[in-house]
Amino acid sequence: MTAYLITNVSVVGAAPTDLLIRDGVVAEVGPGLTAPDATAIDGTGLVALPGLVDLHTHLREPGREDAETVESGSRAAALGGYTAVCAMANTSPVADTAGVVEQVWRLGREAALVDVQPIGAVTVGLAGERLAELGAMADSTARVRIFSDDGHCVADPKLMRRALEYVKAFDGIIAQHAEEPRLTEGAQMHEGEVSTRLGLIGWPAVAEEAIIARDVLLAEHVGSRLHVCHVSTAGSVEVLRQAKARGVRVTAEVTPHHLLLTDERAETYDPVFKVNPPLRTAADIAALRAALADGVLDAIATDHAPHAVEDKECEWAYARPGMLGLETALSIALDVLGPEWDLIAERMSRTPARIAGLTGHGIDPAPGVPANLTLIDPAARRTIEPAELASRSRNTPYARMTLPGRIVATFLRGEPTVLDGKAVK
Amino acid sequence: MIKHLLSGGDLDADAATEILDTAAEMATVAGREIKKLPALRGRTVVNLFYEDSTRTRISFEAAAKRLSADVINFSAKGSSVTKGESLKDTALTLQAMGADAVVVRHPASGAPHRLANWVDGSVVNAGDGTHEHPTQALLDAYTMRSRLGRLAGLSVAVVGDVLHSRVARSNVLLLSTLGAKVTLVGPPTLIPVDIAAALAPGTDVSYDLDSALPNVDVVMMLRVQRERMNDSYFPSAREYARRYGLDGPRMRRLPEHAIVMHPGPMNRGMEITPEVADSPRSTIVEQVTNGVSVRMAVLYLLLGGNNR
Repeated sequence: MTAYLITNVSVVGAAPTDLLIRDGVVAEVGPGLTAPDATAIDGTGLVALPGLVDLHTHLREPGREDAETVESGSRAAALGGYTAVCAMANTSPVADTAGVVEQVWRLGREAALVDVQPIGAVTVGLAGERLAELGAMADSTARVRIFSDDGHCVADPKLMRRALEYVKAFDGIIAQHAEEPRLTEGAQMHEGEVSTRLGLIGWPAVAEEAIIARDVLLAEHVGSRLHVCHVSTAGSVEVLRQAKARGVRVTAEVTPHHLLLTDERAETYDPVFKVNPPLRTAADIAALRAALADGVLDAIATDHAPHAVEDKECEWAYARPGMLGLETALSIALDVLGPEWDLIAERMSRTPARIAGLTGHGIDPAPGVPANLTLIDPAARRTIEPAELASRSRNTPYARMTLPGRIVATFLRGEPTVLDGKAVK
Repeated sequence: MIKHLLSGGDLDADAATEILDTAAEMATVAGREIKKLPALRGRTVVNLFYEDSTRTRISFEAAAKRLSADVINFSAKGSSVTKGESLKDTALTLQAMGADAVVVRHPASGAPHRLANWVDGSVVNAGDGTHEHPTQALLDAYTMRSRLGRLAGLSVAVVGDVLHSRVARSNVLLLSTLGAKVTLVGPPTLIPVDIAAALAPGTDVSYDLDSALPNVDVVMMLRVQRERMNDSYFPSAREYARRYGLDGPRMRRLPEHAIVMHPGPMNRGMEITPEVADSPRSTIVEQVTNGVSVRMAVLYLLLGGNNR
């Protein structure tokens, strides 16, 4: 195992120092380190963060390997500064058994670019009718702790209550895709001025807020952990703020695209901007940014959703919802939050690692901790070219946008997955 | 002239007026024994219809033929994703065949906008989903101008299922551009959110047909599909007709000169009674006639027939 000496690097925004990585851990931190056997990396101008952790990634394998594989998605993640991703369950077959989650976990180990932590489905086949074998997934090699029907809401209140209660036995958490399905039948985009103009069926904010309100009450009633996926509205933020003030055990994530892009992007009818929940208004963006800063929103999660070209190069209504996110998330965070490195580390690494129970991740570089970290050049600016992304898919909403920040290197347990901005394998 | 006609909002007042004036010239052709002009000889117009709409298709077909264009009717029913070829591949096929204009009717809002990315020719939106139907708005404006002599300052009530109506959206945009005042009337469930901000700031909304009628020059009734009943937009066809249908007594509350319009096809007895539909105030048949002239004007101007 090679050792790496990163010199003159700012750890989470602090004054420059040196980092020595050896045997999978951060061996030493301090100015003026020497290690003749180590590969030297000049960290001047770079910022080291604990490796990013994504609570919400669609890797598409098994089933849609034309759109993404565990390996290609892992590579995209590493290039985005991630060292761990939580793989959503809506694959084909659905990750609703120990067998499928173990398959995804094993593929992640084989790719060895990030830690792939499978999420298990809450209900069999995501059908919202009966619980999947949550305990079997928890006890499997994949050690599943987060369960989600993401893509579908666990809409049945009784089933949601039972799921929340049941997973307490193994400290599980239900990650809800909050969307009241009766209020979003046929919905194509945020319900508002733009949907009216474009003649597209609206997805009203209340469809998200009503489910979050119900679920925080259920979680409070049964004393369970609830996580809310991809919060997109100002109203949802207020529901969460009140619940947290009461001490409800709820956490919530927001996507980079909901922090940056508004529903006006739909005006071209280019389905690259179609996503679920949909892009909202500038007022929602302002509320989400404020909530991310004050902690009502706990984490930035990408909802990286690769789709094959033919599923996006079509009429808006027929396109699949979702956008790529892994390779651009840090840049969007930097754009939206500015160089607030401690906040970025908190929302993109420490807190998501804690929510997911990934004990080796989300720890600032310090002597003895696992060397899961990423190096960022905050001064760099790059123009996003879809063809240059490592994902198998091309559905980035940031095509030809120039964004701040570039991932220079990523280390997973002391091994580089990215060096000089390029994937090592 | 603009290249594509995708939205009623694509036209400024001058461009819209040019189309209406050209349509008036085209209308004189219909009165001749030989109803044909050589303007688009050698040009190819494709009618690409993903929805059944005999009325609109034959109107565009008649318009193109009267201008001597070669017309290809391409009926591609059913969704392009679930069955058969994608819209993009169809577009590339039409492009390869040298279509100078593609007239497209599609159940998905925005499909003509997508198509316009993939063909070099002009795209004319002949109705897309619940979005727009700009040539319908042009023929409606033409009909109003013919009957009432002007558009600026007219007060127009558009009544019914505005939420799902492409006719309403195009009319609000175009009529506002041309200086008319539009009031949208219907049950609150069928009026889309933020409609004035979305389309034209001066647009009014009313939930009460009776109070709107005495002050309008034009009342335009929209078709209400019976299946809306099953989705709780309103309790029953009978209650809808009672509150928002135009019958004889309501028609008599209109000012003397006011006209009654309907884009067709009508649900007689639902949004409009036969007494009203067949009355002298009704312009419903004229609208069909004017549709051909207006579509001739649109094709002629978009394809630069005047420049050849």
